[in-house]
Amino acid sequence: MKIIIGFIVLWPLVGFLLNGLGRNIWSKKTIATQATGYIFASFVFSLIAFWNVQEQGAMTMHYFDFIKTSTVKIPFDFRVDALSSLFLLVITGVGTLIHLYSSAYMHEETAPHYARYFAYLNLFIFSMLLLVLGDNYVIMFIGWEGVGLCSYLLIGYWFTNTTYNNAAKKAFIMNRIGDLGFLLAIFWLIVKLGTVSYGEVLNAESLAKLSSTDITAITLLLFVGAMGKSAQIPLYTWLPDAMAGPTPVSALIHAATMVTAGIYMITRTNIFYTHSEIAQTVVAIIGISTALLAATIAIKQNDIKKVLAYSTVSQLGYMFLGLGVGAYSGAVFHVITHAFFKALLFLAAGSVIHAMHHEQDIRKMGGLKSKLPITHLTFLIGCIAIAGVPPFSGFFSKDEILAAAYAKNPIYWFLGLIGAAMTAFYMFRLYATTFLGQFRGTEAQASHLHESPVSMTIPLMILAVLSAVGGAMGVPEILGGHHWLGHHLSSIIGAEQALHLSHTTEWILMGTSVAIALVALLIAIGKYSKQADGEPQTALGKFLYNKWLVDELYEKAIIQPLNRFAGFLKEVVEKNVIDGVVNGTGKLVQYGARQTRLMQSGQVGYYILFMVLSIVLLFLIWFNDLAITRFFHNLIQ
Amino acid sequence: MSIQYYIILCLTLFSIGVVGVLTRRNAIIVFMCIELMLNAVNLLLVAFSKMYHGAALQSAANTTVGIDAQIFVFFIMVVAAAEVSVGLAIIVMMYRNTHSVDINFLNRLKN
Repeated sequence: MKIIIGFIVLWPLVGFLLNGLGRNIWSKKTIATQATGYIFASFVFSLIAFWNVQEQGAMTMHYFDFIKTSTVKIPFDFRVDALSSLFLLVITGVGTLIHLYSSAYMHEETAPHYARYFAYLNLFIFSMLLLVLGDNYVIMFIGWEGVGLCSYLLIGYWFTNTTYNNAAKKAFIMNRIGDLGFLLAIFWLIVKLGTVSYGEVLNAESLAKLSSTDITAITLLLFVGAMGKSAQIPLYTWLPDAMAGPTPVSALIHAATMVTAGIYMITRTNIFYTHSEIAQTVVAIIGISTALLAATIAIKQNDIKKVLAYSTVSQLGYMFLGLGVGAYSGAVFHVITHAFFKALLFLAAGSVIHAMHHEQDIRKMGGLKSKLPITHLTFLIGCIAIAGVPPFSGFFSKDEILAAAYAKNPIYWFLGLIGAAMTAFYMFRLYATTFLGQFRGTEAQASHLHESPVSMTIPLMILAVLSAVGGAMGVPEILGGHHWLGHHLSSIIGAEQALHLSHTTEWILMGTSVAIALVALLIAIGKYSKQADGEPQTALGKFLYNKWLVDELYEKAIIQPLNRFAGFLKEVVEKNVIDGVVNGTGKLVQYGARQTRLMQSGQVGYYILFMVLSIVLLFLIWFNDLAITRFFHNLIQ
Repeated sequence: MSIQYYIILCLTLFSIGVVGVLTRRNAIIVFMCIELMLNAVNLLLVAFSKMYHGAALQSAANTTVGIDAQIFVFFIMVVAAAEVSVGLAIIVMMYRNTHSVDINFLNRLKN
């Protein structure tokens, strides 16, 4: 078993090395087959691991000692349990589909770049698997940094475009800010407990050792890390810009897997969060605010990928709301269903972009329903799933989070409901503008419209089926299910707050959210099936269109002062102080040399004089030394 | 006789030698001053040797403690003799070439 688990992680690494080193050797077909094959191998091994966990429970595998000192021992261990095995399946499963899709989507690239793309993608899967499999926070951090690096590399994949490069840098820097929080939390744990292994940290004994301040600080610092990686306020602005990368990358990294790392981390640490009321409130408030903010922005965006990006931010906000109100299994449930339907939506959007020859503006689309039948149908399924219409998957997971939010505080529930209505609205605005009505593009585009090749539609169809039926793993009891996922995760989640809702209340909550989603959905279809959004007219419309001017605010409040400070350092401190010291040293040496050079007159008599004087000086010093030594000697005695 | 007298005599001789080397320009006089310094040291060595040896004889007859300095003096005298022969030869060569024994003339080596 140890070897099988090891190879889950190693296959993508092998793929990365082969494609990365042999990028000038292989043909495109070989590259794509290799990359997809290794991820599929990981998927098969993950299935074995998953069944093994079902049969025998959690396992910890020791490979070697990563860091070993007298006080801290950090082993390189992997842990397969209910939570990580689920994430393994999602990552490798969705990863395989997206690799398959990429092989056709990226066909215009030359072979070396094609290989570079797949090498990065494989490296990403490797890092992500390391992140979820690691048995301590340090291994998780290695994967955490690895996925950040791959995200940077893939956003800037088309590196000749400066805008894309800037987007990549933005993502990287925003993530670094969050990583600092994570790192500080790890240090805090090491200082207080001397260990970072889950088995030794996440139990009642270590909780007893920590004061409530420690717990609050650690949980909040971990949450700062999650904010960066999972794009929450105030560090969310990188995610919409990350859409500069190829569309399958957006689907895999910026929708299905990497951005859910924060949720994974908090679910892993749930026992700490349950003990810190402050941290829970902060997580819930940040989550719901992000959900609402991103949803309002998504309503006014016209770029097909931007809408999906803000939708992702918004859904991540929901997951954090779930974590904040203690519905950990609900959040994980939403991670999984979201991975299905958001990967589906991104891939379908990629299929549209592919057919439209890299046109992403939905105002220039329309009427694609008949031209791209498979893409249309799968996209529609994705929209229904995310809008929360039963019996599609999004309904079950979102409903679970909303019910838990209601149990905690009805205000959360109400705000979440508004967010859900907006979600349904902007998703169907996107659907109607893109697929219904008349085609608004150019003649050339119209003549080129075609359904995507099989290797792109197969992943779409598989994901569509999963989006439709994925909810089955968490059907709540009042709908006749027994919530398999909740039972599955019960070993991980220490004390899930039990829902104290009567069945009537649950029915009402469910009914309200479905009704409101349906109303929003119908309004959107009615409004946008004939024409697209024009330029925003009202002040509010412009404000939303410009994304709440958050980027501008950051520019004014943080970037410009920083630039001015850097300018001050460069112009004043560097030129006067630092250069002054450096040049001064040189000048002093030169001056000293010019003066002492005069001593070498060539008169032998002077040389001897200097010699004698030096000897006399040395004697004086020596005698003085003796005197001083004797003085101290006497003093001591 | 107390050792202090020897030390003062030697210091005086040595200082005369140093000052002579520093101030005089005639190579032969400089040379003589160097000899003076050497002999000041020799004198001091013999004086100390006598002092220690005399003290050692008080406690044990036939002791050799302290006489090694006197052996040193012989070495120094031998080396000084060799040095004199080489040094005088140089001065003679210098006089033949420059018709002078002024050491400042030698600063032509500077370049």
